[in-house]
Amino acid sequence: MSVCSVWLNEPDLIQAVASGNPTNIFAPVGTPAHLIHGLSMLVLGIVSAIFLVVAGLLVFVLLRYRFRPSAHDATEEPVQIYGSTQIELSWTVIPVLIVVILFLATARVIFSSEQGQKPGNALDVNVIGHQFWWEYRYPKLSIVTANELHVPVSNPAQLTPTYLTMTSADTDHSFWVPRLAGKMDLIPNKINTMWIDPRSAGLYLGQCAQYCGTQHAKMLLRVYADTPAAFAAWVAHQRQPAVEDPQAAEGRAVFEHNACISCHTVTGTVATGRFGPDLTHVASRDTIASGSILNTPANIRAFVDNPAHFKPGALMPPMHLNDHDLDLVTTYLDSLK
Amino acid sequence: MTATNPTAVQVPPRRVLELIHDWVTTVDHKKIGLMYIGYSLVFLVIAGFEALLMRVQLAIPGNTFVSPQVFNRLFTMHGTTMVFFVGMPILFGFGNYLVPLMIGARDMAFPRLNAFSFWISAFGGVLLYFSYLGGDGLYGAGSAPDVGWFAYAPLTAHAFSPGHSTDYWTLALLLSGVGSIGTALNIVATTLSMRCPGMKLNRMPLLVWLYLVVSMMVFIAVSPLTAAQIMLVLDRYLGAHFFDTQAGGSAVLWMHFFWIFGHPEVYILVLPAFAFANEIIPVFSRKAIFGYPAMVAATIGIGFISLSVWAHHMFTVGLGAWGNTFFTFATMIISVPTGIKIFNWLATLWGGRIHFTVAMMFAVAFLFQFLIAGLTGIMLSVAPFDWQLGNSYFVVAHFHYVLVGAILFMIFAAFYYWYPKMTGRMLSEKLGKWHFWLFLIGFHLTFDFMHVPGILGMPRRIYTYESDRGWMIWNMIVSSGAAFQAVASLLFVFNLVWSFFKGAVAGPDPWDAWTLEWSTTSPPPPYNFAVTPTVDSRRPLWDLKHPEDPDSSYEM
Repeated sequence: MSVCSVWLNEPDLIQAVASGNPTNIFAPVGTPAHLIHGLSMLVLGIVSAIFLVVAGLLVFVLLRYRFRPSAHDATEEPVQIYGSTQIELSWTVIPVLIVVILFLATARVIFSSEQGQKPGNALDVNVIGHQFWWEYRYPKLSIVTANELHVPVSNPAQLTPTYLTMTSADTDHSFWVPRLAGKMDLIPNKINTMWIDPRSAGLYLGQCAQYCGTQHAKMLLRVYADTPAAFAAWVAHQRQPAVEDPQAAEGRAVFEHNACISCHTVTGTVATGRFGPDLTHVASRDTIASGSILNTPANIRAFVDNPAHFKPGALMPPMHLNDHDLDLVTTYLDSLK
Repeated sequence: MTATNPTAVQVPPRRVLELIHDWVTTVDHKKIGLMYIGYSLVFLVIAGFEALLMRVQLAIPGNTFVSPQVFNRLFTMHGTTMVFFVGMPILFGFGNYLVPLMIGARDMAFPRLNAFSFWISAFGGVLLYFSYLGGDGLYGAGSAPDVGWFAYAPLTAHAFSPGHSTDYWTLALLLSGVGSIGTALNIVATTLSMRCPGMKLNRMPLLVWLYLVVSMMVFIAVSPLTAAQIMLVLDRYLGAHFFDTQAGGSAVLWMHFFWIFGHPEVYILVLPAFAFANEIIPVFSRKAIFGYPAMVAATIGIGFISLSVWAHHMFTVGLGAWGNTFFTFATMIISVPTGIKIFNWLATLWGGRIHFTVAMMFAVAFLFQFLIAGLTGIMLSVAPFDWQLGNSYFVVAHFHYVLVGAILFMIFAAFYYWYPKMTGRMLSEKLGKWHFWLFLIGFHLTFDFMHVPGILGMPRRIYTYESDRGWMIWNMIVSSGAAFQAVASLLFVFNLVWSFFKGAVAGPDPWDAWTLEWSTTSPPPPYNFAVTPTVDSRRPLWDLKHPEDPDSSYEM
């Protein structure tokens, strides 16, 4: 763990490495990722040593014992050696010892990651995977959102991890934000759990890591580790029902009279669909379409007009709205801060 | 046709139809072996082309060279074709050709079963590719399968895979499995009951031992896959819910069934590569294989242990700490017999006089590359490390290192080594060296650098990727290697064809080797041996060539 504490105290180094490679598994920012990182350094050390020894011997043998036509005994066969029990034993026993060491180190990390005690102040989030978006429900805070996961930063002095309880509504998915933790699959009809505790505030990227259909590649993950104040503000805001902007009233009427309400929820309105992402505060998000498109009015408009423009194979059908209605709905969605 | 004709056998001019009829109705293990090999070379080119298309698409982020739907079909077809219609047939092809010859037998135990096994596997491959035309089915959706080569449930349920593409996948694999079991039956029966006089089990060439273990593994591993395919068809058409999670079925159940097959399958693919190494490395080191009994024991050990490691493909599925720990342990343990093999090959080279023919060059590259592949495998066996590396390009790099770097390289070596026996002509060493170096460069460009995107967080099976992840430069290098491999492969095919007509005449024993196949003509007559040989040791031709120093005095 001393290797981990060195990394923990080198935020600039991590930042430098990570800025070009935001999903680098060797730039851990939370405890699960740190545990894996420490173990992986041991593993890398062992396999590198084995490689250097064995490959070195191979190179030596290939050079030393290559056939030389000019050698005095070139036409003779070399001495035939059929085997040696002692040698066989030695290169059985030594690998077994290496395996034992590696196995014990690994078992320790498996158990501490998977069977740790859940602290009382942990935040609970239910994650439900869909083709091709992420649903997040905070049961104790009565918040439902999609695609952009906000969690509190975990201060080393006062750990506030986030526990994710995960399943899928359709096919298999996998939650992978490399800098925070290893991946864990979201499997329909099964509940899996994992925890994360980002140690520094910021945005952490990832994406679905289990092939789930046509748009698997665009099921991106965005985890916002907020400072305590920012997180409290976010929670307070998300618990509000939808903003009722009078300038967007016409757009709201279009929304409520189309099929939008069958798939989407906007709290405080008649839209109570659960098939698609919750849109109550969609305008407060940086991105739409599971992180794959920037959240701008132009993009919202183009997406609603024809999702296949950005994500061919996404399950939302083109809404076939005329230009006028499309503009109104865009204004409405952009007002749902 | 006399038995002692030392020159290449020329087929007298015959009508084309008679020739085709001869091959279509043959039950001769040598012709069947060659058909398996030819068939798999055709699919190697097709599946290689599929890979090339994928690498063009992934060379830059946000590329639109192929659509997401086409890309998803490409990786599904590439994987399925390479495993079932390249890997299995080419390895069974070599096995079919060599096993009877190496044990002094006249043919396989069940020649008609042998022919049936070939033709049913061949039909499976044709059926898989017919899906491009027939996959629409009644729903007007679907084409070739796009569910990945391991087709995880419930993606394969009707709700998520309409049309018939998944069904073509299912049926093609069912047929391939029948063919594999037939060939395995033949190998076991032949090996156990048709060895020539004097060839006790511990005097068989190691290749024959390895194919025996492979066949046993086929018996155990193919059945769960067949069962899973039947359950999937029941789910899709007869209202069953084995894997239908919407109705209480289990996605994890499919994974268990598939990987109980899938993991032994990859050992079924790699053991023949070891078999070729066991024959080729000693001959070009001019030394007997070091530690024959240990090699046999290690092979059997690998065979057994490989049946118990399957859930290392499922470390992220939520098996629980005890489950993950057990499968970590079993997977790590398999590195012990595998390491023993590498050390024994090293010891065989030690003290020898190493001749770097093209066959040996490929075998040497195999040694380094298999070592690396094994070490990245150890990395992946550490379950927490796999929680990061699993399902990423690191895994893709690892398994291609085994499949291409170890298996395909040894298959190339086997071609250069046994082509003279099969055709009576030598492959061009000059073209072979070009093939080797170009392929080596391409292989390392692609698969060394492919580990990096995995470490940087790139998952597999994505048709494109974001430009802000820092993956582009690595993907470009990976894609560039594909071009070298393509050119090298075409050179190899050219060599195969050109040498058939223009290659130097080989004679029965061009390599001064020691196993029975080299005691008959090149190519062998249909009955293999005019007189059934009798052997006194593991290297009967060494004994003949060195009567003052026979192996039988020294064998452990």
